Amino acid sequence: MAYGTLTEICFYLFIIMIVFGALVAVTSQILMKAVMGLALAMFGTSGLYLFLNSPFLALMQILIYVGAVCIMIVFGIMVGYTPRELAAQAIKPKNTLLALLTSLLTLGVLELGLSRTQWVQAIGAGAGDFSLAALGEALMTRYGLAFELISVVLMIAMVGTVAITWNGKRRGLK
Amino acid sequence: MPPELLRMIIAAVLVVAFVFLNAMVLGYMERKVSAHIQRRPGLMEVGPHGILQLLVDGFKLIGKQLVVPEGANRFLFRLAPILSFAPCVLPFVVMPFARKLQIVSMDISLIFILAMTSINVIAILVAGWASNNKYSLFGTFRSVAQAVSYEIPMLLSLLSVILMTSTFSLQGIIAAQKYYWFILVQPLAFIIYFISGLAETNRAPFDMPEAESELTAGFHTEYSGMGFSFFFLAEYANMFTVCSIATVLFLGGWKGIPLPLGDYTGIFWFMLKVYGLLFVMIWVRWTYPRVRFDQLMTFCWKYLIPFALANLLITAVLVKLI
Repeated sequence: MAYGTLTEICFYLFIIMIVFGALVAVTSQILMKAVMGLALAMFGTSGLYLFLNSPFLALMQILIYVGAVCIMIVFGIMVGYTPRELAAQAIKPKNTLLALLTSLLTLGVLELGLSRTQWVQAIGAGAGDFSLAALGEALMTRYGLAFELISVVLMIAMVGTVAITWNGKRRGLK
Repeated sequence: MPPELLRMIIAAVLVVAFVFLNAMVLGYMERKVSAHIQRRPGLMEVGPHGILQLLVDGFKLIGKQLVVPEGANRFLFRLAPILSFAPCVLPFVVMPFARKLQIVSMDISLIFILAMTSINVIAILVAGWASNNKYSLFGTFRSVAQAVSYEIPMLLSLLSVILMTSTFSLQGIIAAQKYYWFILVQPLAFIIYFISGLAETNRAPFDMPEAESELTAGFHTEYSGMGFSFFFLAEYANMFTVCSIATVLFLGGWKGIPLPLGDYTGIFWFMLKVYGLLFVMIWVRWTYPRVRFDQLMTFCWKYLIPFALANLLITAVLVKLI
């Protein structure tokens, strides 16, 4: 078996992981399974980063999304467990419509970004410099935006947590 | 078949074999050391001084029935042990056992190891949730709260060393300790790392997640046979990983008194240091009583993290000045 075919198989394996994981995450009735699906999709994405010759980003994907974000979601599920009957009540036509609108809007924005991007070739293997100094410099200058966006995700997670607990506290007081 | 692929397959087999062997050696060591600390002989029946006991135990566990409790989520319940075991094997792939005994040499091997060990927490969460058992759930809560908080001082203490070497490559860090071990210049970081490592691997005196007297067995209460063994193997593999990172970053890795064929025999010094640290871990477990949960959290947030941060700051200033 040649290298090319093996690499191709791996590539499609990652694609399948992402699509299957995302489908599980969206369709699963059990929240815990949905998070597992999300984790699988994240693993697939980190695999794709390997194809872009960026093992650092791939590992960060695992460390941050699988190791931190997914764990936080699971923790949230365990603390605020909703029985299935109660969860089923939340499925109303209004909510479905809103969810559909939000997803379509997200898709539209992403599609807009994708269609306007000018794609460039990834850096060749071995061209990367992963020493701490080079990394820090790249993060602060060239990849400054990506770096800041990652922190925004964490910020949103923190604010969300505060908001959720705030609501629960008020409800408890009533 | 390309030679590189063949090499990978051989390496995978070796690594998995090593994980099993390590669990057997450590299991034997733990039972024997605990016995001698408590002034009893310990394992004596199977083989000379009970040396084959763990092998027999392994066969017993393989033969046992896998019981899935009623009301448990079957799929996730079965998935959890595998999810716990698989990532624990991967750090061995980048481990520098000697100058030339490393399966894959990576520039960012330290991050690779940290990423892989972070997956273990999710396996514990899945196991505890899927078991549908209150002891499992409580054990899981404690385990995750503990692992998430102790990860912070652990990473901060590792960062102090990274600042000095400015590389994430494990071989590079060993090479930087040419004249002295980093434990001499970073003693505080080493102590903080080792304590956090004890907590990360759920070892006594921080074994709250599996406190027998309160929680039966914590998150793996409902697991039997190979399900339990996978958690057991993963725990011992994790202990080895934690101690080998300490060895590489603070104790000079495979460096020692030069032996013939030094590029390969460095593994002797590496193993000696790692198992020395593992012995200390076992020693601590059978010496100190378990801490209370609030003490555990206070210790992490009020003592370890400030000290680790101060250490990091001082290191950063000194590195800049010198």
